[in-house]
Amino acid sequence: MAETATRSLPLSGIHGGSATVRLEPAAPATRIALRVAMEDVGTLSGALGVDLPVRPKTSAFANGRTALWLGPDEWLVIDEGESGLMTAAANSGATHSAADVSHRNTAILVSGPGAADAINAGCSQDLSLEAFPVGACSRTLFGKAEIVLLRTAEDAFRVEVWRSFSDYAFGLLAEGARDAAL
Amino acid sequence: MSASSNSGSFRIKGAGRHTPARTARFTFDGKSYTALEGDTVASALLAHGVHLIGRSFKYHRPRGILTAGPEEPNALLDVSRDAARRQPNVRATVQEVFDGAKIASQNRWPSLKYDIGAFNDALSPFFAAGFYYKTFMWPREAWHKIYEPIIRRAAGLGVAPTEDDPDHYASRYLHCDVLIAGAGVAGLTAALSAAVTGKKIVLVDEQPEVGGALHYDASTVIDGQNGYDWAQATAAKLRAMPNVTVLTRTTVFGYYNHGFLGLVERVTDHVAKPSKDAPRERLWQVRTKKVILATGSIERHMVFANNDRPGIMLASAARSFLNHHGVAIGHNVGVYTAHDSAYEAAFDLKRAGVSIAAIVDTRDKPGEAVLAEARTLGIDVLTGHAVVDTSGRHRINSMTVARSGNFDRRKIKVDALIVSAGWTPSVHLFSQSRGKLKFDEANQRFVPDVYAQNAVSVGACNGTDDLAELIDEAIMAGGGRLALSGENRFDWTGGMVGAGEGAGPDHAVKAFVDFQHDVTAKDIRLAVREGMHSIEHIKRFTTNGMASDQGKLSNMHGLAIASEMLGRPIPQVGLTTFRAPYTPVTYGTLVAHSRGDLFDPARKTPMHALEEAEGAAFEDVGNWKRAWYFPRRGEDMATAVNRECKTVRDVAGVFDASTLGKIEVVGPDAAQFLNLLYTNAWDTLKPGKCRYGIMTREDGFIYDDGVVGRLAEDRFHVTTTTGGAPRVLNHMEDYLQTEFPHLKVWLTSTTEQWAVIAVQGPKAREIIEPFVEGQDLSNEAFPHMSVAECTVMGVPARLFRVSFTGEVGYEINVPADFGASVWKAVWERAEGMGACLYGTETMHILRAEKGYIIVGQDTDGTVTPDDAGYGWAVSKKKTDFVGIRGLKRPDLVREGRKQLVGLLTKDPKEVLEEGGQIVVDPNQPKPMTMLGHVTSSYWSEHLGRSIAIALVAGGRSRMGETLHVPMADKTIAVEVTDMVFVDKEGGRING
Repeated sequence: MAETATRSLPLSGIHGGSATVRLEPAAPATRIALRVAMEDVGTLSGALGVDLPVRPKTSAFANGRTALWLGPDEWLVIDEGESGLMTAAANSGATHSAADVSHRNTAILVSGPGAADAINAGCSQDLSLEAFPVGACSRTLFGKAEIVLLRTAEDAFRVEVWRSFSDYAFGLLAEGARDAAL
Repeated sequence: MSASSNSGSFRIKGAGRHTPARTARFTFDGKSYTALEGDTVASALLAHGVHLIGRSFKYHRPRGILTAGPEEPNALLDVSRDAARRQPNVRATVQEVFDGAKIASQNRWPSLKYDIGAFNDALSPFFAAGFYYKTFMWPREAWHKIYEPIIRRAAGLGVAPTEDDPDHYASRYLHCDVLIAGAGVAGLTAALSAAVTGKKIVLVDEQPEVGGALHYDASTVIDGQNGYDWAQATAAKLRAMPNVTVLTRTTVFGYYNHGFLGLVERVTDHVAKPSKDAPRERLWQVRTKKVILATGSIERHMVFANNDRPGIMLASAARSFLNHHGVAIGHNVGVYTAHDSAYEAAFDLKRAGVSIAAIVDTRDKPGEAVLAEARTLGIDVLTGHAVVDTSGRHRINSMTVARSGNFDRRKIKVDALIVSAGWTPSVHLFSQSRGKLKFDEANQRFVPDVYAQNAVSVGACNGTDDLAELIDEAIMAGGGRLALSGENRFDWTGGMVGAGEGAGPDHAVKAFVDFQHDVTAKDIRLAVREGMHSIEHIKRFTTNGMASDQGKLSNMHGLAIASEMLGRPIPQVGLTTFRAPYTPVTYGTLVAHSRGDLFDPARKTPMHALEEAEGAAFEDVGNWKRAWYFPRRGEDMATAVNRECKTVRDVAGVFDASTLGKIEVVGPDAAQFLNLLYTNAWDTLKPGKCRYGIMTREDGFIYDDGVVGRLAEDRFHVTTTTGGAPRVLNHMEDYLQTEFPHLKVWLTSTTEQWAVIAVQGPKAREIIEPFVEGQDLSNEAFPHMSVAECTVMGVPARLFRVSFTGEVGYEINVPADFGASVWKAVWERAEGMGACLYGTETMHILRAEKGYIIVGQDTDGTVTPDDAGYGWAVSKKKTDFVGIRGLKRPDLVREGRKQLVGLLTKDPKEVLEEGGQIVVDPNQPKPMTMLGHVTSSYWSEHLGRSIAIALVAGGRSRMGETLHVPMADKTIAVEVTDMVFVDKEGGRING
């Protein structure tokens, strides 16, 4: 077959934001939903080249990969390149479950001085720097959608969301951004 | 004419805090008026001498402005900005005037002055408390046809707008250390004290400016400054601190569990030309560690005959209108009081040039200080007197005064009357937080006692009257160190609850307790006489305190009258519970962003836009939008669906199955886990193969079904129904964590990872063949119920050979972002070969022709696998699975259970209605013995006749029997058949 499939991204061409909040779809990334028991966390960390964090609401970043703690045996690992996360996990030799969710999720980057306020339009978490410092992450609710929220800088967040909820999440963020600029 | 006289002849030069040059025009009942910026509708109308504002709810009595705040029960108006922006029941004392406001009175016809409904006042003996309960009992039939429509028309105040609300509303979550409700002296002091600790503080006040009682109280000095000026300076200081947020025009309407409070901020209701980005209102949902309640107190009116005429208002309200808005409420004002506070109002008015007709005080001994000042100002004080009546049709023109216990009465001419029975602490939020109140006997008031949450009350809401004490209390509550002095001119004494002279049990007068619901003192007495002993019953019988003002003025009076009648002290009669919201909240605010596209997420598949371009009609399945059918030009739904059905059976069809739930089950114990969750056996399934599985609940009834493919020893690709995906994952996770935690297996939702393109029909293989690499598609290499990981159009894919149509079928799973591209290529080729796109309707018909069930349509939570004819899917060898014991219950194995069977109508053109009941004897008298009902029914274009699936008692033993489906206009004869209508041998599926 000569023809090769091309990729169409959710949220392509979408616009939104305000004077104080920038909203943009993130570039495609490789992601795995990783499940592994406590005793094998070290092995998987080694295999993936990033230390899987074990404290709630924290993430770790190394070698272009971000590992987000979602639960006692659950992580979302994001690689912004086209790297072989699945292969790396498979080669670890430890018992685990890795599922490729690169296309299940998409991400919206929210930045600017009003970023936290915009997210707080639909997310009930305390996003002050004391309660949600840079690197903090949480699987939480944004309006009626489940998201994984990661703070990447003092005024920047990455909102991971399932692709069919991304229009809704972007729309609600745009409303929040509009209000945050007032 | 100067600007100030433009804005009303009752403006007092030099009084008030508004700027005379800054005016705003508005209309009231079509007449144009000028107001000053900062005016409320109430102050603006009073400035023009307008006191008649509306008609009362039940008796249509002329009513005016009673208060100057959110507790207003009377002056409810219809306020509009334009045709679509109209809001009924707006309190004139809260709504700020904006240029261009159109304001109208309510509950009157044809006009405010000549209102036909006022006839009710003459008929009032027939509208006593409990009238509804007694009158509309009989005859029964009259209820629906006559009484209910009439009551519904009469009930409720104001007219709801009919157009969509064009405004938008915002929502924000907020976390803080201390939330302070109320920014009067107490709240501001507490905020200052808390702010210096560096904690995150939120100070909230419902008025446009901070200050609380300092709006009307012009004599209090704080920190050597005029109180109101101190308040504004303090607010400015607080606003400049990074750890403080000050929200004005914001009401704390609800105090819920664990420091969670609901706030509504009115953002643009006072603005003439709001920016289009600004929300009308903003909902704040706040989680705080501590709450400081500084909600103040509310003055009570006096209960006496005809105490509701326009021109009668609370003493503090008259002070607000004068000292804040610069408006005199009349030229010759009477005072009726049981409390010193009204004296200060009289003094302020007198000094502003208003004559005071007399201060009528029920007490023999008012406070010495106020009495002395009254003498100095030359105000006549009648102690031990009462106002026993008033006159004046649309506005009070006289008060009738009598010495206590004396029959001699005299009329005193007045054009306004200010009243005060004392002050009721605002314990609403405290009470909402589940705090327990105690009764302060000496002052006849309820004050906070036992706290249920981390909260503290300061100031008037805590019953703290002394200013110095109040300041100390507030500083303490804030937790910081602060030195602040306060000085007020008079320490108030006095107060009363209940009915006054001439409105006692022996008097048949209208002495209003609850203005908004037209409840009088005699209504409350009647309730007690009729046997109501609990305040909760009295409240419901009389509707006292049940209007939208929630009895902010009336509750204590009502309670006192009931207590007097019952001969029991107030705490024993009880206090009704305060509930959120404190004041009414618009639906728009509560809905906030959840409207239009954001009402609910509309989940769309990666191929949605392409399907839309092909003309698809969509249907909602859960939150998903699924292509329902693809009508071509000129086709109606039936024609399109018939064509799609025929094309799939004759050639092939392409279908978007992306919404099917997918769960990746991974781990060394994956097969064992599935063995426990499904009725079938999974350890026998080889990698590369699929099996249809049924999942039951503990009770043995079908919960979900779907095809499961084994990709590797330790990896399964489970599919669920579209609507079942989240709950099936929860169900599995629940069992994994609670019943089978020893198993090494994990579950991941992969529904959205894959776009699924189903190609079904005799030409399915030919269509997909050129796109697939790495998998031989021949029957031998890839028979029905196979799964393979391969490459489709160069991208890694999971290819299933499965069928929900009875034809050769493939489901191509590609990573979602590639879905559109692959769909486009597959459809282009399929179309060239004569295939069609088909939607869920065709899918439903094709599966029914094959007797494949849909969980939730053909089953309803009471159907076992055997009932459904899927007994073969229940393993006989397994020793355990969820539902194994349930399935052995006697009722689940008895003869004669309802079973799924096919039905063929005797008239092949007749299509049964789904839900139709099935009987043996159509002539049996009612109630007939019903055997079951039709679960699925369609026209089958392929068969050229109708088909149906039904749940029928003992169904499988009735093959060939004739049964009947009685309808409204006819009875349809049907024959019981097998559920498989097409290709019983199953040859086509393996073709």
